[in-house]
Amino acid sequence: MRYLPKSPADREAMLAEIGVPSIDSLFETIPAEYRLTHDLNIPRQHSESEILDRFRAFASNLANGEIAELATQPASKPFASFLGAGAYRHYRPVVIDSLVQRGEFLTSYTPYQPEISQGTLQAMFEFQTMICELTGMEIANASMYDGSTGAAESVLMACRVTGRQGAVVARTVHPEYREVLPTVTKHQGIPITEVGYIAATGRVDLAALDAAITDQTAAVLIQSPNFFGTIEDVATIAEIAHKKGALLIVSIAEAVSLGIVKAPVEADIVSLEAQSFGVAVGYGGPYCGVIACKEKFLRQMPGRLVGETKDKNGKRGWVLTLSTREQHIRREKATSNICTNQALVALMVTIFMTVYGKQGLRELAEQNLAKSKYLRDTLIAAGATTLFDGTPRFHEFVLNSTESAAALNEALLQKHIIGGLALARWYPELGPNATLWCATELTTKAQIDSAAAVLQATHEPEMAGAK
Amino acid sequence: MADKFIGTPRKATTHVNQNEDLIFEKSSSGKKGYRLAHLDVPAIDPATLLGDAVRTDDLGVMPELSEIEIIRHFTRLSTWNYAIDLGMYPLGSCTMKYNPRINEAVARLEGLAEAHPYQPESLSQGALGIMKLLSDCLIEITGMDTITLQPAAGAQGEFTGILLARAYHEANGNPRKKIIIPDSAHGTNPATAAICGYEVANLKSNSLGMVDLAELERMVDEDVAALMLTNPSTIGVFESDIHKIADILHAKGALLYMDGANMNALVGKTRPGDFGVDVMHLNLHKTFSTPHGGGGPGSGPVACKKILEPFLPTPVVKTNPDGSLALDYNRPQSVGRVRAWYGNFGMFIRALAYILANGPDGLRQTTEDAVLNANYIRAKLEGTFDLPYKTRSLHEVVFSDKLQARNGVKTGDMGKRLIDYGFHAYTVSFPLVVSGSMMIEPTESESREELDLLIDALKQIAREAEENPELVQTAPHTTRLQRLDETTAARKPILRWKAPAANSELTPGTAAKEW
Repeated sequence: MRYLPKSPADREAMLAEIGVPSIDSLFETIPAEYRLTHDLNIPRQHSESEILDRFRAFASNLANGEIAELATQPASKPFASFLGAGAYRHYRPVVIDSLVQRGEFLTSYTPYQPEISQGTLQAMFEFQTMICELTGMEIANASMYDGSTGAAESVLMACRVTGRQGAVVARTVHPEYREVLPTVTKHQGIPITEVGYIAATGRVDLAALDAAITDQTAAVLIQSPNFFGTIEDVATIAEIAHKKGALLIVSIAEAVSLGIVKAPVEADIVSLEAQSFGVAVGYGGPYCGVIACKEKFLRQMPGRLVGETKDKNGKRGWVLTLSTREQHIRREKATSNICTNQALVALMVTIFMTVYGKQGLRELAEQNLAKSKYLRDTLIAAGATTLFDGTPRFHEFVLNSTESAAALNEALLQKHIIGGLALARWYPELGPNATLWCATELTTKAQIDSAAAVLQATHEPEMAGAK
Repeated sequence: MADKFIGTPRKATTHVNQNEDLIFEKSSSGKKGYRLAHLDVPAIDPATLLGDAVRTDDLGVMPELSEIEIIRHFTRLSTWNYAIDLGMYPLGSCTMKYNPRINEAVARLEGLAEAHPYQPESLSQGALGIMKLLSDCLIEITGMDTITLQPAAGAQGEFTGILLARAYHEANGNPRKKIIIPDSAHGTNPATAAICGYEVANLKSNSLGMVDLAELERMVDEDVAALMLTNPSTIGVFESDIHKIADILHAKGALLYMDGANMNALVGKTRPGDFGVDVMHLNLHKTFSTPHGGGGPGSGPVACKKILEPFLPTPVVKTNPDGSLALDYNRPQSVGRVRAWYGNFGMFIRALAYILANGPDGLRQTTEDAVLNANYIRAKLEGTFDLPYKTRSLHEVVFSDKLQARNGVKTGDMGKRLIDYGFHAYTVSFPLVVSGSMMIEPTESESREELDLLIDALKQIAREAEENPELVQTAPHTTRLQRLDETTAARKPILRWKAPAANSELTPGTAAKEW
């Protein structure tokens, strides 16, 4: 086995040194009836080239699928995609992978020994600083699993801060984030109330929100830009929440929006999904959540934190700090059971933020806005309508096509285009024709024009029939 | 006569690698490390589109650097890290094994890296195929009946596993009240029980560091939902009475949860499903070689018996009658979702590549080598260090600092001194059941030569503890930074960099640039 650095002679010599006759002697504490006497029934040992071939086959099976009619398409032609909905395809500068594949980052452990972990620690400190700057918060942790668990942990944190048990959640928060929340809260006696949106604007129903907040509401959880892509009125929502003593948690699923959309400074806690900053969509993970908040909530923050300090010679350095909040010290009284976080993914995010920097993050966000506007204008010109018009949005919008999402997407697939996400599964009130579309800087004019042509073609026969 | 020319007086400085500022301190206004593609659609005015929601500040401290400066910055930082690629991590319970590079190569194949979680199932057969094959392999390795890959890391796996146990008891009419946890357990176990709404009942280990069967029998009643057991335990010992433990629990309707953190001692040699475990998690970043990456990402699949299957998180991968794969969301008894989408898919790819590279014979040999290595270290260092438990070790061995503490040298000191010898420290002060514990897990990735270097280093340190304790107590001596002040860091937390005030005097060579 090529990963094992021992010769048969080494093994024999070591057994002799230990003073046992055979390797099986070392396993004698396992009762004989539970010792495996046969090979595991798993695939045989593969060479590197065979592994590569096998995964290339898996990968090509993603590119063109097994469905017969699609298999006739050349596998080399990738699909254009208008999917977003919490997983965004942005350009990933190549320096990210060059750097994170350095063994010193890739194969290092959690930086519990600061003397030999300053690289990871300093990068995390830079990450925390940049996240604070972008979100308008005062402190940030060194990452959570993802946006969905970060939002749920933020709610738990708000309960600890306020001493209240309960949260009001906007239905415009990502549906999968909303599914995670009760899984986490239900056994801690934290009731969750959902609040709807205004049909005309696609934004939180403020009157309903006001009515839903009680003296037991620890937090209001919203997302902005929300799941429909529209930007919530964070300042007004903060006022409503604060008036009743609840905290405001703003979840952000699209980090790139922060380059051009006002930071949610009125929030108490921001839960960010930073996947857009240099992390591949990768079929849903690993991504990079992060919680940022006001400094006064520091002691209730879950997850690892890196702090500045000095060593015994007075030199500046970094350490993991405030670990008395964490499970390895506090055990059942910890702020969270989180241990492993997303350190390497947070490093990707840090490098991405550094590459684009102060000017680039704004320009990048502007390009996303421009592409999305062109996409929307073009699809409207092709005969579709959009919902929630007149509300400011970032790079996503809800399309209402003349035929069902299923029929439209099937027609688009024939042209190697993956259309918008059908919304009826979570928002039946929007009807079967509603789809969520996204354009990023990687979406090309040609792709948009092709999609529009399909839309045009699908309702042309219908128009002809109407004459 | 003029003085003899001696060149520009120059203060000796350390190498640039030793002298890297924060990225913000290196930033200069107007530099760029990017260029966006030509915009092929009409430009827009953000203020017009966004109105009041437009961002008007200049993004403050966000850095501005060129590409070469970015590469150098992070490359220099990387040189300050210890890593598996540099040497051995004898960290007990962490399973710091080699991270094969083919894993990284296949995880970056475009079709996999660019797959969107909402793309049609017909276009996701490759991704679902990876999940299915990995699931099948892990089910076979653990001897369980079914699995979810969704949990993002071990702690979330524990959470999921205990939720399954809770849902099972609820379906039987009563969620029960308590989870029993041995005092040797990792801190995530009690933290997990608490967030699942359970009381933690602490089970004291017996004199061998194992589960005390009589005490367990006394504690288990109809209020106990499950026992969370790490097997082999955190002292690296297999619970030989595991089937009796399972029987005691099952007799009262309670479940046996196994923390799979130490599966590297068992793969291919025995299967938890065969010895009575009902539900367990795996750490793909330990046993299955996905990289630790400085603390994550992990992945914590949960395998369980048939009785718990109805409660698995949604969705699960299912096989359609035509042989194609699909995601099944229609699971009315499910505990719900523990995170968005399907889990840390990128880690599934790596773990599966590792399993394929090994095959059944390779996995068994891996386990045997891991156990051989730990026992070799134990045989060579017993006597030099106190061995509190004499029971046969599997993949890790726990010594204590008892002999050295007489001279005032503690486990933490010796761990720091090990750094001077070119190793990472072993696990210090865990498990809590051993005072001054030194927990060593070499993994299978170390050659005999590398093990001998570690053994020599530890023997030398033991000698230093006798002859020159201060040398050990003040270690490390060779690192760029030494003994960082963690107390002040916690007391006066500085968690972000702030730009110096505009009117403050800029004097080179002070504060930030002092080294």
